[in-house]
Amino acid sequence: MTIAVNTEETGKKIAEAIPGSVISSDKGSLTVDSKALAQVSGFLKDTPGLEFDYLTVLTAVDYLDYFEVVYRLVSLKHNQSLIMKTRVYGRDNPAVPSVTGTWRAAYYQEREIFDLLGIKFDGHPDMRRLLLWEGFAGHPLRRDYL
Amino acid sequence: MPIKTEPFYLNVGPQHPSTHGVFRLRLELDGEVVTDVEPIIGYLHRGIEKLAESRTYTQVIPLTDRLDYLASMTDNVAYCMAVEKLAGIKVPERAEYIRVIFSELMRISSHMMAVGFYLNDCGAFFTPVLYMWREREKIIDLFDMVCGQRLLYNYMRVGGVSQDPPGEFWPALKKFLAEMPRYIGEYNQLIKQNEIFLARSKGVGVLPRDTAINIGASGPVLRASGVKWDIRKMDPYSIYDRFDFEVPTGEAGDCYDRYWVRILEMTQSLRIIEQAISQMPAGGPVCADVPQFFRPPPGETYGYIEAPKGNLGFYIVSDGSIAPYRLHIYPPTLINITALKDMMVGWKVADLIVIFGSMDVVLGEIDR
Repeated sequence: MTIAVNTEETGKKIAEAIPGSVISSDKGSLTVDSKALAQVSGFLKDTPGLEFDYLTVLTAVDYLDYFEVVYRLVSLKHNQSLIMKTRVYGRDNPAVPSVTGTWRAAYYQEREIFDLLGIKFDGHPDMRRLLLWEGFAGHPLRRDYL
Repeated sequence: MPIKTEPFYLNVGPQHPSTHGVFRLRLELDGEVVTDVEPIIGYLHRGIEKLAESRTYTQVIPLTDRLDYLASMTDNVAYCMAVEKLAGIKVPERAEYIRVIFSELMRISSHMMAVGFYLNDCGAFFTPVLYMWREREKIIDLFDMVCGQRLLYNYMRVGGVSQDPPGEFWPALKKFLAEMPRYIGEYNQLIKQNEIFLARSKGVGVLPRDTAINIGASGPVLRASGVKWDIRKMDPYSIYDRFDFEVPTGEAGDCYDRYWVRILEMTQSLRIIEQAISQMPAGGPVCADVPQFFRPPPGETYGYIEAPKGNLGFYIVSDGSIAPYRLHIYPPTLINITALKDMMVGWKVADLIVIFGSMDVVLGEIDR
């Protein structure tokens, strides 16, 4: 069985290594500050005992007040999983650091989120629309898009 | 004086027989050698995720059929399992077994199409596909018996399956199980030692183990690169922990391994089906009592299965209403083609078609 790691313990570990990066760690998921995302993802991938080398789903949800970007990480070595989240506020130009440098699995998924929800991923090598055509107005998966 | 050269740009697709749908590759060529590859997708985008937001949980099931249309049964299963996880619905025992039997039949059928069309891309024009089609037809007939559909089944329901298979289904299934190993032997006889096939696929389009993990590849593509990772084994969902089966892996991660892993998986699927038939309870309900409109508690869930093409997942957010607040589909084939450029650069145009064919992509799932 893929065991979900204890988010509280993992949150403490991350907070010790990168102070101020963890916002909350409860309900089976870990919410990190988007500014520290690149550091946290590197830490999760390289720390012995965690070694989350495999990123599966990367998606985002529009909660109107904020956007939540969700990462599900799996460690093939230890057969454990972790759900990491980050929040981004503001609807005009939301931006989150890209994790493509750590997991290339994010390449298409970040482009898709940019296309459909309008969240920009800073540091992505090719931040363009993926599914819709260039010049399409708006981002359809936002809740206020009708 | 050196001759002035410049790169040649070529579009393969969106309408091209070897792109398996409406997929476009923008190539940069130096003579016949590929120097750059850019996949361009979105020609089949129907906005399924957006459509789902204005439909009830049950009404989304037919939409999931249209994702991977060569394996719609497993798409149904993945979605229904995610909703059941969200709403806390328990599936009757008999329905679980029926789901396993149909998922594995679907896997065999999907792998047959993958291998058949892959050989087509290698240049064995349509003869292997017809051999594969002969047995796939029998699986399709089995599906036709239970739901009257041959491609988009819409057979699974939240809480179980729509109906018990009819009486004539079981003898037909047993006949298929008895015949199938002989047919797999026939495929091996035809393909496995074929020199042209070996020359076109051994060592071609290698996806190294570390790259495969880093790009998040899954399914036969990941296992061909030597990673023993099958969700049915590593994180058993439904009742997969009750069956005894192997997880075949490759070594080199080349086109040949991707073909061979699929052939080996067919045999394992047959084993699972045989065990499921013998363990299955004789009678009982096949669907839990789920109302037409139900309201899962607010929250979120991620349900995932080992679909024929890889790790297929549904991320659902509920706000307590009768429709999902947000539905995200995690498509295995889109993730598998992330490293397409690494695999194709340096090969000739003819090899590019072979490499792409070995990835087994379905555009309904990539574009959603």
